[in-house]
Amino acid sequence: MITFTELSALAVAVCLIVTILKYRAPGMTLNRMPLLVWEKLVLSFMVIFAMPAVMLVSTMLLMDRTANTHFFNPAEGGDVLLYQHLFWFFGHPDVYIIFLPGAAIISTLVATFSRRHIFGYPGIVVATIATGFLGFGVWVHHMFATGIPQLSESFFTAATLMIVIPTAYQFFCWIATLWNGKPQLRLPMLWVGGFFFVFMIGGLSGLMLASVPVDLQVHDTFFVVAHFHYVLIGGAMFPMFAGIYYWFPKVVGRMAHEALAKVHFWLFFIGFNLTFFTMHFLGLRGMPRRIYTYLPEMHWTGLNQIATAGAGFMTLGILVFLINLFWSIKRGTIAGPNPWGAGSLEWSVPSPPPPYNFVHIPTVDGREAIWDAPPNPVFVSGIRDEVREVLLTNSLDAEPEAKEEQPAPSVWPFLTAVVVSAVLIGSIFTLKAVSYGALPIAFSIIAWIWPKEHEVEERREHEKWRAA
Amino acid sequence: MERTTDIPVLDVSGLPTVVFREPNPIFWGNLLYMLIEGAMFAMIFASYFYLRTRSTEWPPGLAPPYLWYGVANTILFLTSVVPARSIQLRARAGDLAGSLTGLIGLAAFGLICLVIRGFEFKGLNCRWDANAYGSMVWALLVLHTGHLLTEWIETLVMVAFASSRKMEGKRFPDFDVNSDYWYFVVGWAVIMNIVLYGTTRLL
Repeated sequence: MITFTELSALAVAVCLIVTILKYRAPGMTLNRMPLLVWEKLVLSFMVIFAMPAVMLVSTMLLMDRTANTHFFNPAEGGDVLLYQHLFWFFGHPDVYIIFLPGAAIISTLVATFSRRHIFGYPGIVVATIATGFLGFGVWVHHMFATGIPQLSESFFTAATLMIVIPTAYQFFCWIATLWNGKPQLRLPMLWVGGFFFVFMIGGLSGLMLASVPVDLQVHDTFFVVAHFHYVLIGGAMFPMFAGIYYWFPKVVGRMAHEALAKVHFWLFFIGFNLTFFTMHFLGLRGMPRRIYTYLPEMHWTGLNQIATAGAGFMTLGILVFLINLFWSIKRGTIAGPNPWGAGSLEWSVPSPPPPYNFVHIPTVDGREAIWDAPPNPVFVSGIRDEVREVLLTNSLDAEPEAKEEQPAPSVWPFLTAVVVSAVLIGSIFTLKAVSYGALPIAFSIIAWIWPKEHEVEERREHEKWRAA
Repeated sequence: MERTTDIPVLDVSGLPTVVFREPNPIFWGNLLYMLIEGAMFAMIFASYFYLRTRSTEWPPGLAPPYLWYGVANTILFLTSVVPARSIQLRARAGDLAGSLTGLIGLAAFGLICLVIRGFEFKGLNCRWDANAYGSMVWALLVLHTGHLLTEWIETLVMVAFASSRKMEGKRFPDFDVNSDYWYFVVGWAVIMNIVLYGTTRLL
């Protein structure tokens, strides 16, 4: 199953990178690309380098179970730590794969609601790329308690502390943008504020855990549980809710209900802190992870009851959120194309966007395409509209370079997905699924790329080779 | 059809539809899949050397793989670069007959490499369930054979395109990119054989 999901993630990463590099609107040079897209690009590269490790390790584990191999069997020269190394070589970069989209949403929202371009754009891009690199050099900090050499411990402590630098840099840029702008405390900004508070606490307990002596002391306790919930819920879920409220009007054409949304925020924010802040103390008092009960004389009961109450608050918050979504889809006030006065291109089309997105492909003159557009903007013409023709631009400067006709709808991608799913689910139980399944997979992929004759003839008519 | 409009436009109607290398998304997609597979190979080699450090003897209690099948296949792989390169040059010139000849040649090389690969499995001198070493060398060889096999099938599909009525201009960049992937398979074959036949004797 892991192999299955990673395979999908890898395919998506390839699609995203190629789309970002080759299909940008003319004028959207790399230097003008929205930060959201930059961070998608970096995280897709992280997926490409991190996911193969977990695909490999899950396949090796599968082989140990079904084919009598001995990769992780110490009795036959295998090694269990090899599993941990390969798993965390994926697992830690994955934390940043989860966090980067969150950071990207924050960058987007902070700029929109400060009514100014983001402060330190090149620096944020560099910080993102630096996070991408450093994220691969810290995996052993999950293994401090496995008896690895002290030199490795020192190295990975230093690397772990270093990754704070690019993250803190982004924080300072957001603060500077707010400081120098005209901040509007619209609905999504509540979640941005929540993110600042929660993620900061998670980052600070991360600094504590990067130190080997502290880590050994609280290893496998609720302190660690508290830490990673502050980082991941703070770094991914708070920005995700911010993003949902921000793009909700774009997706459905109506605004979310403001009062209900505020109730959702406060219930969730208070509940989250009740649940997870108490866990820091539980961890320091020695409560281990992954237990379902404990003796009353451990004196963990009161704090655990507070944590449980907090979980109740969060559940209520999510209920309010769902009610709000269903209510607002039908009854929310009509949003119009750009309710927040934002600067990126998706706000220049109607809400919800038509299936073809843009009537004419726009050109881009600045980092915030709408804010920076000249009074009489240039549009692209000369794309054939009787077929699915798209414009290809070059990867650095987004200058028009070629045109490409994309295939018409076909059932084969779906059938390929069905066959691949069946084979990978079958592989959990028997390896024969892979050997028998390879043939239908190959067949469906070839059928997918095999074109129809009239389409080929039509393309040959319009074919144009690049002049040498 | 001429359009009368007073909005300034960027006219792209004259842009080409058949482009090679950087302008073509297929080139990038192929490159990224090579990165993914390259990361996979790097990980499996790292695991191989990691397990090596856990054992005093290498191969532990077994004979090293039989050398000469590996040497033969390495030489064959290196020679196959010639038809692969010729496909690229012919395809970029739009020469269908030349591309087809190269593709058939490459498919033939692929078939012979696959047959010798079968002997390489036999020459490993161990089963995958013998011990961790056995599992590892089998994993290396199976991973690479998977790539060889898919690349061979892809080449056959390219042959089918080149000799069918569905041939069109945009297939030439596909031929070009198919050779890139072949180089990738050759590169890892060479590295793998150095590891498989060299480190089992020298380390």
